[in-house]
Amino acid sequence: MSADVYRSCPVTGRRIYSQADALIKANAVVSVVSLLIGAIAAILIVLTRWQAVHLLPADWFYRLLGVHGMSMLIFFIIFFEMAVLHFASTVLLNARVSAPRLSWVAFGLMVLGALMVEVLMWAGKADVLFTSYVPLKAHPAFYLGVILFAVGALLVTGVFFNNLVVAKREKTYEGSLPLVVYGAVTAAIIAVITLLHGAAIYIPTFLWSLGLMNVDPQVYRLVWWALGHSSQQINMAAMVAIWYMLGALTVGAVVLNEKISRSAFVLYILFISMASAHHLLVDPGMGPAWKVVNTSYFMYMAVLASMVHGFTVPAGMELGQRLRGFTNGLFEWLLKGPWGDPGFSSLIFSVVVFGFVGGITGVTIGTEQINIMVHNTLRSPGHFHSTVASGTAMAFMGATYYLIPLIFRKKVAFWPLARIQPYLFAGGMLVFVMAMTFAGSFGVPRRHWDISFSQAPFDVQFNPAVDLLLAVMALGGVVAATGALAFVAIAVKSVFFGEPIGEIVPGVEVAGLPRGITHPPIHKPNVDQLNDELHAGKTWRLGPAPGTLILVFVFLAAFVLYFFTNWKLLSAVWKIGS
Amino acid sequence: MHTETHTGLDSPRGIWWKPAHKAERMWVAIAFGWCMVLFAMMPLWHLKGGQNPSGIRRRTTPQAYYARTMEFIKQYKVGEDRGMPIVAPPPGSDVYLMALTFQWQPILKLQQGVEYTLHLSSLDMLHGFELFPINVNFEVIPGYDYGLRVTPTAAGDFRIICNEFCGIGHHTMVGRIIVVDSAGNEVAQSGGTR
Repeated sequence: MSADVYRSCPVTGRRIYSQADALIKANAVVSVVSLLIGAIAAILIVLTRWQAVHLLPADWFYRLLGVHGMSMLIFFIIFFEMAVLHFASTVLLNARVSAPRLSWVAFGLMVLGALMVEVLMWAGKADVLFTSYVPLKAHPAFYLGVILFAVGALLVTGVFFNNLVVAKREKTYEGSLPLVVYGAVTAAIIAVITLLHGAAIYIPTFLWSLGLMNVDPQVYRLVWWALGHSSQQINMAAMVAIWYMLGALTVGAVVLNEKISRSAFVLYILFISMASAHHLLVDPGMGPAWKVVNTSYFMYMAVLASMVHGFTVPAGMELGQRLRGFTNGLFEWLLKGPWGDPGFSSLIFSVVVFGFVGGITGVTIGTEQINIMVHNTLRSPGHFHSTVASGTAMAFMGATYYLIPLIFRKKVAFWPLARIQPYLFAGGMLVFVMAMTFAGSFGVPRRHWDISFSQAPFDVQFNPAVDLLLAVMALGGVVAATGALAFVAIAVKSVFFGEPIGEIVPGVEVAGLPRGITHPPIHKPNVDQLNDELHAGKTWRLGPAPGTLILVFVFLAAFVLYFFTNWKLLSAVWKIGS
Repeated sequence: MHTETHTGLDSPRGIWWKPAHKAERMWVAIAFGWCMVLFAMMPLWHLKGGQNPSGIRRRTTPQAYYARTMEFIKQYKVGEDRGMPIVAPPPGSDVYLMALTFQWQPILKLQQGVEYTLHLSSLDMLHGFELFPINVNFEVIPGYDYGLRVTPTAAGDFRIICNEFCGIGHHTMVGRIIVVDSAGNEVAQSGGTR
């Protein structure tokens, strides 16, 4: 084993080993490059769906739609998650990388796989979109690329678990794993489940593409979605872990109760492999009992987990702020938050867009019967662009604003731009998903080049509002993609040409350093006593986080309203089923 | 009772399995109750509601399904539009619709307020059945016959859009369902005007 060199983090005092440093950097850089490709494709796609512009020809529209999906949902997200796994299992535990050489082999496999997929898609040899539904057939090397990528990712999860064991044995930390690492463990366990499903579907499909076996299209959909949706649960677990981390870094968020937060993570693991079901609600292959049990992730226990985190994350932030002295009224903790710190604003927008828009729409449209009026319309991408594309992406962007100074030891470049980037991205995404969702309610199909149906045998007359909605969707999409490109520019400039951070003097503002670094969020010296008082209910009868409690009830009211409105709409369509 | 003040980045020391504050417990209980409501709605709608994706589900082959559909067309054909047969099945009968790149065959002529068993299958790729503008959507998969009991509740001239990507001509794939009113008359267009 090579000699392990480490440095001490100038802010947190943690040990950072050079191998961990290098692995985190490499994965983060590839992730950002993938985001660049995905964002360029995004602009071209939305400008095509805006019927008045209709930029791309049909073949390139479908091709780039596939490129967009793979680049964003697979390469951007998963490379970043690999960086998170390396980070959580080493830096947060003062530990070393237990198998550096294997980690680099895994990284190499993932990059090779990603390159194969990208090259074949751009070359038009894999016009099968993100889902590659059999019997649409791509070049065999496309499936092989996905397999290599997945094997690499599986190896990284192996190294991750091994890092934890080694850290424990070498006693690099005392007590239990920090909650953020616990969340990363959750993500890694779900990743293993997901990647095994991936192997179970991509290996047969690879053989099928070579003419060696048959793959049933319905079985493909079942197993593929056990990969396709479970992988979103990796994202969710990683995102929630980052919420806890950014809360701690930006406002000194505390953990309200370890038992509740950790139990919620366990619920994710237990019920996540049922995630495939709600893509198959209007499929012929499965019966109603199977659909009802599975689509609810066994009685919505995974939804419960998200609703718990949706309370404990902001409540932890509220309590952290109150313990720092922001005690006035119900919402001073939020209103006087560090809104100019892109780590903080990204965190808030991530929680709000993921929960309010993505969570509510997702649970509702994933209901067996309601799905009848949603399946494959634009409401479906409207949902997942608010969860993964807004929530997860923003959490990762917010984390990057802290990784740049803490891991890359560079100042964040284009600082004024960085401060508004979360607003640009979140604002654009919000307009984009709202317009998309409404267009879907009018029956606009997803993955469709031309809803003017100019070459079809029969005409289709959409409600005139649809033209406006698609134009708004395109504008929102372009703003959001611009926000993503701004992020890419900031990240690339900082990492490759950035100024070194120099010495950090607490309390002195420096352009290019988030406020959580220059002004570390320190609680009052008598923090435990204050915490006791808040818990005892002396100040607020609603408990230690009264503002958050009010906000979650607003959330619940919106949820109930949206859910039952959809049942009402459903009752108006043709009578179907027995 | 609460754990010692610390953030999610710190290792909790000692035993952290402690009861949560009552505000937190209350939220967990309310969220759990809501999850039960979410769950109960699905079985309830199967019992009381009029829109459920359950139907007759059978394995088939593209050849067999094609043969059955052609027989159905021959039996009840009443006319043609743009070279496509228009088929008017009797009330209560089994209706066969086949999806193939890039068409829906045949054109159906149904009656308002009458129940039919609508069979859907594909001869080649995955296709998406979208009844426009009603916005009713089903997945159409080769090798599977999905037989859904449907009752058109309004008369009109409807379209079937393909909403599952099936190849480069996907966006040209449009079919037609005509629903006549209870008197047997065609009514104003609701899907299109051409």
